[in-house]
Amino acid sequence: MKRRARLRSGAKRTRTQSGPRSAVDLGSGAGMNGNRSRAIARTVGSVIKQIVVLLLAIVMLYPILWMIASSLRPQSEIFTNMGLVVTHPVWQNYVAGWNALSYPFGRYILNSLIIVVFAIIGNILTCSMAAYAFARLNFRFRGVLFGFMLLMLMVPIHVIVIPQYIMWNSLHLINTFVPLILPKFLAMDGFFTFLFYQFLRGLPHDLDEAAKLDGAGHIRIFFQILLPLMKPAIGTCAVFTFIWTWNDFFSQLLYLTKPDMYTVPIALRTFIDAQSQSSYGPMFAMSVVSLIPLFLVFTFGQKYLVQGIATTGGK
Amino acid sequence: MSSFSEFGSLVKNRHKPKDKPTDTKVALGFLAPWLIGAVCLSLIPMLYSLVISFTKYNMIKPPQFVGLMNYRHMLADPRFLNSLAVTLTYVIISVPLQLVAALALAVLLDRGMRGLSFYRSAFYLPSMLGGSVAVAVLWKMVFGSDGLFNAFLGLFGIDTSMSWIANPDTANWTLIALHIWQFGSPMVIFLAGLRQIPRELYEAASVDGAGTWRQFRSITLPMLSPIIFFNLVMSVINSFQTFTQAYVVSGGTGGPSDSTLFYTLYLYQQGFASLRMGYASALAWIMVVIVAVLTGINFALSKFWVHYDD
Repeated sequence: MKRRARLRSGAKRTRTQSGPRSAVDLGSGAGMNGNRSRAIARTVGSVIKQIVVLLLAIVMLYPILWMIASSLRPQSEIFTNMGLVVTHPVWQNYVAGWNALSYPFGRYILNSLIIVVFAIIGNILTCSMAAYAFARLNFRFRGVLFGFMLLMLMVPIHVIVIPQYIMWNSLHLINTFVPLILPKFLAMDGFFTFLFYQFLRGLPHDLDEAAKLDGAGHIRIFFQILLPLMKPAIGTCAVFTFIWTWNDFFSQLLYLTKPDMYTVPIALRTFIDAQSQSSYGPMFAMSVVSLIPLFLVFTFGQKYLVQGIATTGGK
Repeated sequence: MSSFSEFGSLVKNRHKPKDKPTDTKVALGFLAPWLIGAVCLSLIPMLYSLVISFTKYNMIKPPQFVGLMNYRHMLADPRFLNSLAVTLTYVIISVPLQLVAALALAVLLDRGMRGLSFYRSAFYLPSMLGGSVAVAVLWKMVFGSDGLFNAFLGLFGIDTSMSWIANPDTANWTLIALHIWQFGSPMVIFLAGLRQIPRELYEAASVDGAGTWRQFRSITLPMLSPIIFFNLVMSVINSFQTFTQAYVVSGGTGGPSDSTLFYTLYLYQQGFASLRMGYASALAWIMVVIVAVLTGINFALSKFWVHYDD
């Protein structure tokens, strides 16, 4: 029985090297020759492991599920009912939350989406271009510039955020999306440049060489040959840019101070500031709304998330 | 593998004289956006922030040179010293615990687990949501006086109506818990790393009679150590800059009694609430120094436990 379970888990598509790997598995072979008590002990161990992991998963996800359940409950029930079952869902919280601030919540979602969409376009375009130069071209100071880019990954943004704020302020660009979008069109997220760089290094040079022989210039090689091959990296870049921009709080807090420019995180914060005992329901409801895009990205972009983490983190 | 890459770099170096910087013009084109950004949004601002860290500047009157006053003031500023202590406590406790949790779960899941992809998603989800304001709001409710956590304790007969968020002794711990809750992201990296360990090693070890724990200590840990190290370095750097959670949970104050006044939150207050741009810039530069020192310590210690393939 245990063997069957192992084989099944070994066949999971997520495994590249499937099959038994540990002493545990070899032991099961011996178990057939009569070492049964040991085999039973192992089975019990694996059941306990299953239960522990399952319990942990429940504990971890419980707060989120509880928030969703609470957002569908009347005010009086929120802090008395810690269960997840909602017998009579109340949508009133959503209606109230949507209209609780100076603009309908849709306005803030729209603002967030505008920033996110431009951030994704900018990151994909300019980070991949910079990566192409670093990965495929020979030029002076390549090493120095690449080193500088990597160094900037480690430098806290706080050391540049004050001068940047002063600069945007003197250009009268506070309360516009420019300070939040323009840096993305200047390849300022070095993480993605590095991601594309790693990916490009994995693509064979033969492709470029062949295209060069056919008389293609660098622009054509990049945009027509390599970029289409970089889809997985582009997916990872898009997914991560979405999550990070959607969740970004610090810079949006700095640059967006007028209610009509608020994004989702800033609007949610306003909820807390204005919080009275009666507004927990609506606040939970809008918190849930703010998480829906993340759930969607998580569901449909998981492949890219895992890939991206594995390639940039593992090397 | 290291000999292989050494060989690779030897070959590369031999060709280097032939590799003239032939593509400089094209490269300039491809790098143009980044170069403009690197100069205008990174390099100049960094130099500028270094300069104003030696001044008194409130964005209304022109900067006024004060020498080292901002830096000297820091040493005598109890709120700064407190914020440093709060942040270091947070980093030193939450980073190792998060990595241990991530490693433990990765090893458990890697040993042939039913429903691996479900668990991977379940454990990863919090890392994706954890940075959001919504989750920080939720955290405030979970650890409030009549929140989920006290109800959970009630299951074990511990009856308390204490608000963990409003108590200065425990407020930072709720944020540490929030950090550990997001162990899914390093866990996924570890899972990817575990898969690259050749399983012959385990087979050979078990033939030699090594048990599960021994195999973990002698094979898994050394083989995974470069990845653990990478995660440790990045986690320390990132968690030192934690802002959103502390801001939301404390309503921007860093309270109660400055117990969640994280370094970046204090910097934000000084710079953007009190408009002490000079002092805030000095804070930022000391932060760079501290993060660099922490990273340096990590690298120095890595000699004792990180094994690079040999």
